[in-house]
Amino acid sequence: MNETLTIRTTINGRKRTIDVAVNHTLLDVLRDDIDLTGTKECCVVGECGACTVIVDGRPMNSCLMLAVEIDGKEVTTVEGLELDGELSALQAAFLDESAAQCGFCIPGQLMSATALLAENPDPSVEEVQEGLAGNLCRCAGYEQITKAVLAAAKGVPR
Amino acid sequence: MSAQSVGSSPRRGGGYGRVTGHQEYLADIKLPDMLHVKLVTLDVARARINSIDVSEAESLPGVAFVMTAADLPDPMPRFGPQFQDRPVIADGETKYHGEPVAAVAAETKDAAEEGARRVKVDYEKLEGGIFNVTDALAPDAVLVQDPSLRGDSPFAQTNVIDEKRFGWGDIEAQESDLVVEDNFQFPMVTHFAIEPHGFMAAPTGDGIEIWSTIQHPYLLQKIMAKMLQLPLSKVRVHAPDPGGGFGGKQIPKFEPLVAFMALRAGRPVRLVLTLDETFQQVRRSSAEIRIRAGFTSEGALTFMDVETNFLVGAYVDIADRVVSKSSYAAAGPYRIPAVKIIGRTIVSHTTPSTAFRGFGIPQIGWARESLIDEAALQLGMDRLEIRLLNLARYKEAFIPMEEADGDWEQTVRTAAKRIGWGDPLPPNRGRGIAVGLKSGPTTGLSYSTVRLLYDGSAMVYAGTSDMGQGARTIFAQIASDELGVPVEQISVVMGDTAVVPYDQQTSASRSSVLMGTAVQRACFDIQGKVRAMAAELYGVDEAAIKIDSGNLLLPDRDVAIVDAMQQALAPLGGEVIGNGEMRKQKDPNHPLGGTAAFFEFNCTASEVEVDMETGHVTLVKHVTVGDVGRSLNPQQVTAQDDGAAIQGLGHTLMEHYIFDDEGRIRNIGAIDYRILTSMDLPLEMHSESIENADGPGPYGIKGVSEGSLLVTAPAVAAAVREATGVLIRDLPLTPQRVWEALQEAKDGS
Ligand code: FES
Ligand code: FES
Repeated sequence: MNETLTIRTTINGRKRTIDVAVNHTLLDVLRDDIDLTGTKECCVVGECGACTVIVDGRPMNSCLMLAVEIDGKEVTTVEGLELDGELSALQAAFLDESAAQCGFCIPGQLMSATALLAENPDPSVEEVQEGLAGNLCRCAGYEQITKAVLAAAKGVPR
Repeated sequence: MSAQSVGSSPRRGGGYGRVTGHQEYLADIKLPDMLHVKLVTLDVARARINSIDVSEAESLPGVAFVMTAADLPDPMPRFGPQFQDRPVIADGETKYHGEPVAAVAAETKDAAEEGARRVKVDYEKLEGGIFNVTDALAPDAVLVQDPSLRGDSPFAQTNVIDEKRFGWGDIEAQESDLVVEDNFQFPMVTHFAIEPHGFMAAPTGDGIEIWSTIQHPYLLQKIMAKMLQLPLSKVRVHAPDPGGGFGGKQIPKFEPLVAFMALRAGRPVRLVLTLDETFQQVRRSSAEIRIRAGFTSEGALTFMDVETNFLVGAYVDIADRVVSKSSYAAAGPYRIPAVKIIGRTIVSHTTPSTAFRGFGIPQIGWARESLIDEAALQLGMDRLEIRLLNLARYKEAFIPMEEADGDWEQTVRTAAKRIGWGDPLPPNRGRGIAVGLKSGPTTGLSYSTVRLLYDGSAMVYAGTSDMGQGARTIFAQIASDELGVPVEQISVVMGDTAVVPYDQQTSASRSSVLMGTAVQRACFDIQGKVRAMAAELYGVDEAAIKIDSGNLLLPDRDVAIVDAMQQALAPLGGEVIGNGEMRKQKDPNHPLGGTAAFFEFNCTASEVEVDMETGHVTLVKHVTVGDVGRSLNPQQVTAQDDGAAIQGLGHTLMEHYIFDDEGRIRNIGAIDYRILTSMDLPLEMHSESIENADGPGPYGIKGVSEGSLLVTAPAVAAAVREATGVLIRDLPLTPQRVWEALQEAKDGS
């Protein structure tokens, strides 16, 4: 049987105490143990960005982090972006720009964009492209995603 | 409420789930008490399996059982959309790198993985593996497929599955002032949908339920019913919206395997592939193309002679159809007196190829458009002019039984203008232009049911798979305009064969045209029923009531369909149900079994700058223009076109499988196989639509989604050629390949 450890963490604002297998990634635990399946699994080697979550303010590939590493830390996933039942400015902009096609990469794109705007509220096109370079999308031309991030930065009303 | 929705861009149906993480993709669904499956594969392409020892794996805690060929019916059940050649699991021999030989079912993913590591396969690598066309066609070549599976095919004793011959006129009888000939190659590339493929099955006592990332749930239902000898009504397929398909998810792969495992376990089982595993299961067919064409001194085409060898992989899947459909249109949208076309479907010990956006056209278009540029160069003609000169005009018959269904010249001129064709170029810059043509669906059958509910909202049932193209939104827009119901109050139900009526398939950019028509007809059915109800209610003659976009036009006033329905159904409430059907019949006289419902016609133009020191190609500007008939949802059309263009730039600039001598793919996965990121985009990109409302679908639409990658490669390569003077005949145009070509040219001069 896998060895487990008990960790205390805050996920999407909710304090949790969870037993996690020491060999499981944060992605495994989010998706399989606590049913937060919004975070997506694709390459599991840190190249596609589908699994991006925010840990203590920084965008991280949850497929590369062991779950035990979030002990004492704060994690935000795509499910935590809506505030009081309202879409975040980024989520709304993604809808308005039709940035989500199949949608599978979108949670990751949104988390990277959220972290980017927190750091740099008024990015240039190049800064957005650079900030999201780790998030692959196979459906879109990236243009709608970039546009959506810029629109959200300009303060599309909530 | 008038016709406002069509032609506008409301928020995407299913968009909310996609931006909140609530959208349920296959891997997000958990079935109670399910087992997890892990495949066992060998690190070799072609091997004889001597024996498989599962005892150690099965003794691990958590492992339920291991499935091998020995546990399946004898003879091994085989399946496929064209030929019954794919076994449920490798039987005696593996035929490609990554073909599963066993599958472990366990209580947890960890246990399944551990079990897979403990399965002991005694195998022997076999020599003579076929990894390229030359080896496949050698007289003493090993046969990839057992001739006994090939029926009475005249090619049964070869690696050729079939040879397609099309054409017209006599190419030898044509007089030409110039004849050009060349050979081109197109590599193997993979779909790389961000969602890896997944499959689940659960026994239901008298039948089975299957979940799959599949694009064609009804094809899967048919295949499973036949294999398990069940009535269709006892095979329920759930097809959650795929996370990208691009053709790679059209055809069943491991659904039969999980079904047999679920039946054996008496419990649900689930297999979700890793991205790396997906790389080994789906790809685009590679191709070697020899092409020859004649021209008059004025540049008019006199003949074309195209011979394409497609290397399709170990099992045929839908590849033989890829070969016939793309070969039939090989000569492109041109007026040519004589054409000879040969296309061969050739099997090999490589990943089975399948449908992939463009369906064979990017391979052939790469050769044809490059050759036309060569002719222009030798004739001293402009590359745009030579195309305009030969382009079939509106309604002109240019292929037997097919005519040009759009003003293609307008498309080409628009692209040329956008790219600044003819404007002076700075050093190391070049431009290219190319035209692509792809046949839409040749047959089709789609049913839809629409329910107008008592409160004035509506439900649309459509068996299309929305894998990102936005079919939900399109169908809601059509229903909205026909019934006068706001788009936001329409739910579109898909992906469950027990609930949604039959649809042939989601492919060939068909859904807006074919299913769209079925949805529209279901709405007409409702309109007719409400009109009859209104006639009685208001005491007027039914024939005196006209219908216009959501309203009944009575002799003395207009009434919204929804209002009339509510008045007529009061006080009990209820609903009005409409059914619609769209059938595109077979045409036995057509070589493809049916005419094209429409053509996707596209012109791509590109401007590049080449770094002469490194061979690096920078896309300065990239333009694609498509003849879409009408843009039903402009935002989604642009999104499809942009996405297709970027995918095309992938196979043009960076994507390809790299093999070792033993047929193993050496660049599996996201680290070693690169696709474009947001940092690799053209500095400027435009996707435009020509709209003359001359398509066969509702409101004059044609299909879209594939056009913008049909001729990306020849447009970009032509630009590279103008910038550098070097002609490259193989893809992708990596810096290394361009640099080597530059060196060769230097050494040669
Ligand atoms: S799944 Fe984590 S980066 Fe791809
Ligand atoms: S929307 Fe499909 S992968 Fe990005």
